[in-house]
Amino acid sequence: MERDDLIHDHNYSLSANHDEAHGVAIRKTIWRVTIILSLITLVEVLIGALIKQYTGDQGADNSLWPYVKVGFIVLTIVKAAFIVLVFMHLGDERKNFKMVILVPYILFIVYLIFICLAESSYWNHILHDNESNAVETESALNEFSLHGKHANAMTLHI
Amino acid sequence: MAGHSENISRSELWGGDGSPFRISYGKQWMWMFLVSDALTFGGLLTAYGFARHQAADWPIGEETFNAMPFIGSGYPLFYVALMTFILIVSSVTMVLAVEAAHRLDKKGVVKWLLLTVVGGLFFVGSQAWEWYHFIHGTHFGSILTSDGWAVLEYAGSEPILQFGRGVSITGAEAQALIDSSTASMQGANLIENEYAPMVPQYADFFFFITGFHGFHVFSGVVFNLIILINVVRGVYDKRGHYEMVEKVGLYWHFVDLVWVFVFTFFYLV
Repeated sequence: MERDDLIHDHNYSLSANHDEAHGVAIRKTIWRVTIILSLITLVEVLIGALIKQYTGDQGADNSLWPYVKVGFIVLTIVKAAFIVLVFMHLGDERKNFKMVILVPYILFIVYLIFICLAESSYWNHILHDNESNAVETESALNEFSLHGKHANAMTLHI
Repeated sequence: MAGHSENISRSELWGGDGSPFRISYGKQWMWMFLVSDALTFGGLLTAYGFARHQAADWPIGEETFNAMPFIGSGYPLFYVALMTFILIVSSVTMVLAVEAAHRLDKKGVVKWLLLTVVGGLFFVGSQAWEWYHFIHGTHFGSILTSDGWAVLEYAGSEPILQFGRGVSITGAEAQALIDSSTASMQGANLIENEYAPMVPQYADFFFFITGFHGFHVFSGVVFNLIILINVVRGVYDKRGHYEMVEKVGLYWHFVDLVWVFVFTFFYLV
């Protein structure tokens, strides 16, 4: 089945069939990336098991946690980059194709994350700023809403 | 791979004679589909982040997911790390199948693609177990005490109340809180869940995002099986190239890629 949209010239990925010698080099890269991905996952789980989000028995924030969180996200992006560039072979495609795939996606997602975090920070501030301690969260929330209702009722009555 | 980054003059590349990206139509549009699918998952995970950042408290992943099949609980993240490892390995077998396909090595493709299918089935099965455990909940569930909701556990006959944020109360104080508790909850559904009684969206996001991902894995297993059958029947030998293996390979790696993010944002942070 010959299709002219598949095979145009030797630059097409379809013509990228390789011989055994070339295959040895490619397989070596694959195993190297496998080890890197497994090690990163292992490190992530160990950090998750060893460093707690809250310290002590009073539920205080662990001051290390913000760094751990950023570290997890960086490791995740490193893993994602290996998967996309090596396993999905995007790194082997032409530069114009890499740009077509990555640039619009990254622009859009970064923007989406920015507006969602900005908006949810605002709501977090509005809803929970009067709480000093997590143990009091619930009662504080209840009080907050009771006062709210009460205030509303008063306004309505007036 | 051979010949991908060779210099071709601009006018020849964009002259309309062939793809300016020098990849086949089918592969290009598999990529386009994956970009759109990645936007869907990006939107879901960002919405999850929105809800989580807005809430006062959120359950800690390693406390919610600390059970192992057959040996009980107390193994934070071990099971989900195992699932992640299974999916990474199945991604590796897939990329080895693609490599074998580039050498037109039919036996190699069959072997690696079959292993990929097995890995995918293992992952879907693990997710089913995870869901079962999440829905049924911990042994004693959560109770509503005068100090708020707490997950109830026993170490021997000693009660332990876990209030989230690592706060726990034991002994006589815990027993008094248990005796005066006014409500209880066990497991999770779309309306309430014992892991975060104050944020019912927690379970909704868990079910929707891991469910959507699990459905992608299931579809990927089906695609891989169809292509495997075609390989065995010699369809791609006749065609002279194994590009279909490469295309389902892209989809399969994408499924692994999404899981890397789900793993981080649901379990680690």
